[in-house]
Amino acid sequence: MKTIILRTASTYLLPVLLMFSIFILLRGHYSPGGGFVGGLIASIAFVLHSFARGLDNTKELLRMHPGFLMPIGLALAFMAGVTPVLFFDLPFMTGLWYPGHLPVLGSLGTALFFDLGVYLVVVGVTLTIIFTISESA
Amino acid sequence: MTQQLVLYPLLLQMFLSILLMFCWRRISWQRVVSIVGSIINVGVSIWLFSYIWENGTQIVQAGNWKPPFGIIFVADTLSATLVLLTAISGLAVSSFSSASVVSARLKFGYFPIFHFLLLGLNGAFLTGDIFNLYVWFEIIIISSFVLITLGGEKAQLEGAVKYFTLNILASMIFLTAIAVLYGLTGSLNMADLAIKVAAIENRGLVEITAILFLVAFGIKAAVFPLYFWLPDSYHTPPSAVAAIFGGLLTKVGVYALIRVFTLIFVGDLFLLNVILILAVLTLFSGGLGALVQNNLRKVFSYLIICHIGYMIAGLGLFTEVAIAGTIFYLIHDIIVKTNLFMVSGLIFRMRGTNSIRNLGGLYADYPKLSLLIAIPLFSLVGIPPLSGFWPKISLIIAGFEAERWWVVGAIIFASLITLIIIAKVWAGVVWKEKIELPKRLNFRYFDKLKSVRKVQMIAPMIFLSLISLYIGFGAEHIQKVSSRIANELIDNQNYIDSVLGSEQNIGHEE
Amino acid sequence: MEVLLAIMIGVLYAAGIYMILRRSLVKLILGIIILGNGANLLIFLLGRVVKGSPPIIPADSDVFQSIYADPVPQALILTAIVISFGLQSFAIILVKRAYKVVKTDDLDEMNAIDKDS
Repeated sequence: MKTIILRTASTYLLPVLLMFSIFILLRGHYSPGGGFVGGLIASIAFVLHSFARGLDNTKELLRMHPGFLMPIGLALAFMAGVTPVLFFDLPFMTGLWYPGHLPVLGSLGTALFFDLGVYLVVVGVTLTIIFTISESA
Repeated sequence: MTQQLVLYPLLLQMFLSILLMFCWRRISWQRVVSIVGSIINVGVSIWLFSYIWENGTQIVQAGNWKPPFGIIFVADTLSATLVLLTAISGLAVSSFSSASVVSARLKFGYFPIFHFLLLGLNGAFLTGDIFNLYVWFEIIIISSFVLITLGGEKAQLEGAVKYFTLNILASMIFLTAIAVLYGLTGSLNMADLAIKVAAIENRGLVEITAILFLVAFGIKAAVFPLYFWLPDSYHTPPSAVAAIFGGLLTKVGVYALIRVFTLIFVGDLFLLNVILILAVLTLFSGGLGALVQNNLRKVFSYLIICHIGYMIAGLGLFTEVAIAGTIFYLIHDIIVKTNLFMVSGLIFRMRGTNSIRNLGGLYADYPKLSLLIAIPLFSLVGIPPLSGFWPKISLIIAGFEAERWWVVGAIIFASLITLIIIAKVWAGVVWKEKIELPKRLNFRYFDKLKSVRKVQMIAPMIFLSLISLYIGFGAEHIQKVSSRIANELIDNQNYIDSVLGSEQNIGHEE
Repeated sequence: MEVLLAIMIGVLYAAGIYMILRRSLVKLILGIIILGNGANLLIFLLGRVVKGSPPIIPADSDVFQSIYADPVPQALILTAIVISFGLQSFAIILVKRAYKVVKTDDLDEMNAIDKDS
């Protein structure tokens, strides 16, 4: 697997794929995409990196255990769901939207934070699963 | 403040599991957070129950979508009662497991997963959407897979493979059933389904869908031909895990059966007869299975199956008295079965084995604890005035009124066989001469535990035993609750109206 | 299209159940995966297959212009896929551990817990 082509390409592919995953995450509200797909693409980026450079290098790159992304993502999604209950007395998961229009993002709402949470959870879960499987092989 | 009350148990459990995930490595914190959180959860559940008791069925539409669109959470008296019972068992098991589960297991996220399991249970009880029910079921089984394999001993993994396969199969059948139902009606909201299914002309197709649901929930609830996974897996994990499994997991299957067959597929004579026959066979096979086992936890596992039979029998008779008996039995069984598995864990800690042949002399060594153990054991048999007695009366009366003598016979037979089993257990474990076993090395015997840990193990048993006693001696209160639930279930118009006819009440939020 | 899908779903269910009934652990997992795919396709089929009309109301109208594809089955399938993704990866790790500890992938030999303990 560790050909020079893959190794060289993975260095450039990692940021590109991560960028693409964020693009997919942000366009997800009205168009195909969203947190789940974006998260999968991001984890594919890291998996590709680990194929080319070895698992240890990828772990070094990540700095922390990918499992730690799970509680962070869950907390973010949970906050997004619970905000309307706590502050606006609306049912759980009601979409709240910032009325103005923001550049790049379009409109900003709790749904975006929920998706961001999903994104983090998916990255964390997928990487944990794949690292666990490849470590014990 | 009370607008969203239905969701508070869910949100609390979710918050707890996320919080526990953040302190992944700090086990002593996890113990404290879990126990304190469970106490708060009991408080919230009592609040929910009393609110529902006074104000009737409450609903919350997640995301503020109007029914029948979107996911809806419904708390009628049945749901609120089961949420309360989940909270009580959850508190007991949380305290018990912080003492009895070894820290090597706790290190791999026992507590977060445990609270995810409780979240799934609460969600399954509260949801009013059939696909959402599937999702909660998946949350329950994924957490239970983790709990059952945590530690990774040989027996555990073997049990887990069986548990895993059958439960996944059940989920697939459930999903298939949902697909067919959606194809038939184009709806997933249970109240909406109740109306639309009643209007379908092709009854054959409806019946097949109902059978698919029966099979799927039957596997989960361990009903007669589908129970073989249960006694093969429930005795393998730590007893704290077995306690929450034995107390609540099969009961979710029963709850789903009750919900689906009182709301969506109502009053089909063929189906009710099928359920009755399954119930009778479950009573026989569970009872006879328990009779020949020697491992204490396997005996209790078979008794779970046997007693599922009572609840299904009440559902099959489908009169108000019978359903009230089922609900009463459900309430009694959750508390007692949780307690029994904790008792087996306590005995394991005392002696290092769960084999009845090798146990004995408990009364000589621990007279007071033996008395404590007697309460759940004899409540299970239903020696009056203990708690198992009253629901059986309701079931037998309902059987007489419906003139189904064979059901009455099976109920009495199963009670008798339970009595024999419990007498055997009592004689073998508590009264028999003590058998000297070789001391196990590196095993934390009960005597050697710190006194805090001892309290954490004994206190939940006392707590649950007191509740058992209350169910027995304060039976008129429980009977009042269960007749009200039965009334709501038989007359499902109430449920449908509170879900679909509520636009006027909730509409002020826009 | 519907007939083709129906036949395919039947084949997937049959293959899945056949695989689950085999004694090998790996085939068990394959069976679960195939069965899951069958169930997802069934939801897709029973949600009615409609071609080329997304469920979007045009900006200048209040109602749908024509027959539209029901979005709910797709949401259901996505949820079911995500769930089965988690379950299947758990299954693979479980089977691997079980194979290492029990040292067999034959389900018939997994009977240590049936012995009295």
